[in-house]
Amino acid sequence: GYRKRKHDNFPHGQRRDEKENVNPSSALMKSFKSFQLELDTRHDKYERLVKLSRDITIESKRTIFLLHRFISAPNGEEILHDSQVKLDAIRRKIRQVAQELIGEDMYQFHKAISPGLQEYVEAVSFQYFIKTRSLISIEDINKQLIFKPEDREDTSMIFNYRDLIPHTLSLKVTPVDYLLGVADLTGELMRLCISSVGNGDIDTPFELSQFLRQIYDGFTFIGNTGPYEVSKKLYTLKQSLAKVENACYTLKVRGSEIPKHVLVDVFSTKTELIDHEECL
Amino acid sequence: QEIRKVVQALEQTAREMLTLLQGVHQGPGFQDIPTKCQKAREHFSTVKTQLESLKTKFPAVQYYRFHEHWRFVLQRLVFLAAFVVYLESETLVTQQSVAEILGIEADRERGFHLDIEDYLSGILTLASELARLAVNSVTAGDYSRPLRISTFINELDSGFRLLNLKNDSLRKRYDGLKYDVKKIEEVVYDLSIRGLSKETTGGAGGEK
Repeated sequence: GYRKRKHDNFPHGQRRDEKENVNPSSALMKSFKSFQLELDTRHDKYERLVKLSRDITIESKRTIFLLHRFISAPNGEEILHDSQVKLDAIRRKIRQVAQELIGEDMYQFHKAISPGLQEYVEAVSFQYFIKTRSLISIEDINKQLIFKPEDREDTSMIFNYRDLIPHTLSLKVTPVDYLLGVADLTGELMRLCISSVGNGDIDTPFELSQFLRQIYDGFTFIGNTGPYEVSKKLYTLKQSLAKVENACYTLKVRGSEIPKHVLVDVFSTKTELIDHEECL
Repeated sequence: QEIRKVVQALEQTAREMLTLLQGVHQGPGFQDIPTKCQKAREHFSTVKTQLESLKTKFPAVQYYRFHEHWRFVLQRLVFLAAFVVYLESETLVTQQSVAEILGIEADRERGFHLDIEDYLSGILTLASELARLAVNSVTAGDYSRPLRISTFINELDSGFRLLNLKNDSLRKRYDGLKYDVKKIEEVVYDLSIRGLSKETTGGAGGEK
């Protein structure tokens, strides 16, 4: 339209000349060149962290799948051992994250690594629950994320930064990431409940019910004072808890007279009321 | 919470400075520029004190944790500093100079600092303001200023072109720069074809 015509008349030659007149080594250009380098370095680091976070997420998810097999598998000990191996591998990745973050403000890159860390919390707390029937604390998680320098390269890198104790490398999971990871854990525990019922295990659901209720109480205590994501997870948590409680109710009322496949159906309905007709 | 209070105070000062400097766009404002810059500088000392108090509200290593709170007002302050410096000397204020004017550090290592992206955002706002100034200069009868603004903006544009930006808010702001460039070019063009500018660059006049 109008604009285009205006530019057709505009002497393009003049514009090009003006651009070429810009002195590439003027002070302004030099400072922009250094901005370019700084921004590129920052973006590259961010990308590396995103990649690491993705790897951590994938490996954590695989660990969780592995641990689900623990219930129905005869070789429980082996699975636990394998899961430990996997978690150690993930921790090595986290170590790389910590190395990238030496001398940096963690919060600048938090969005890059948060998903991975949440998934890791989920995996490690899942394994911990299977072993101990209790919830791992954030302190214990972070204790496992203190890394001893393995070789000379590390010590020389760490030496100069005043905000770290010399010779240790560590990553602290933030309370928010911990909470979000635990919230996701409840989903996995709900699945655990289903599969243990499917295996004829009628004790686990009750243990889970109590455990989940405690977690739920903890979250309710935080209520809406936490960040938005936590409140969102709280909603899903309520549903998971409800499913588990219903299963316990069903088991209690009918004992072991219900065929397994019907009981499994109970879990997959989204409604809270159990249809009595189903079992008759 | 406390941070928010200090930020609000900062925003207030910034608003005052902005109103002051907006005055240059009017006719009589042009004569007045040096006085306005002087006054603006005085405001900056208030800013310095406010930033000092902000620094005390949290540990320096957690700068980015709370960064979002003051990011906007800081960018605004960068713009104001750049505008004042431009009005005084027609040069681009450096990141270090802005940091000095605001009384903060230029590097992250030393504490509360000016992030490079905030600096660049402030500069982009300057570009828009100068585009507006170019238009108003002509209205006020100053026909040479737009040409100087044009050279300045072109250099700025070349500088920004060196940057590899990601698709974030800075990139979106940068996209606005080309409209500023175009607007100023049009002003220059309008002046040159009417023979109003003292120095027509290249064969500008021919096409009427």
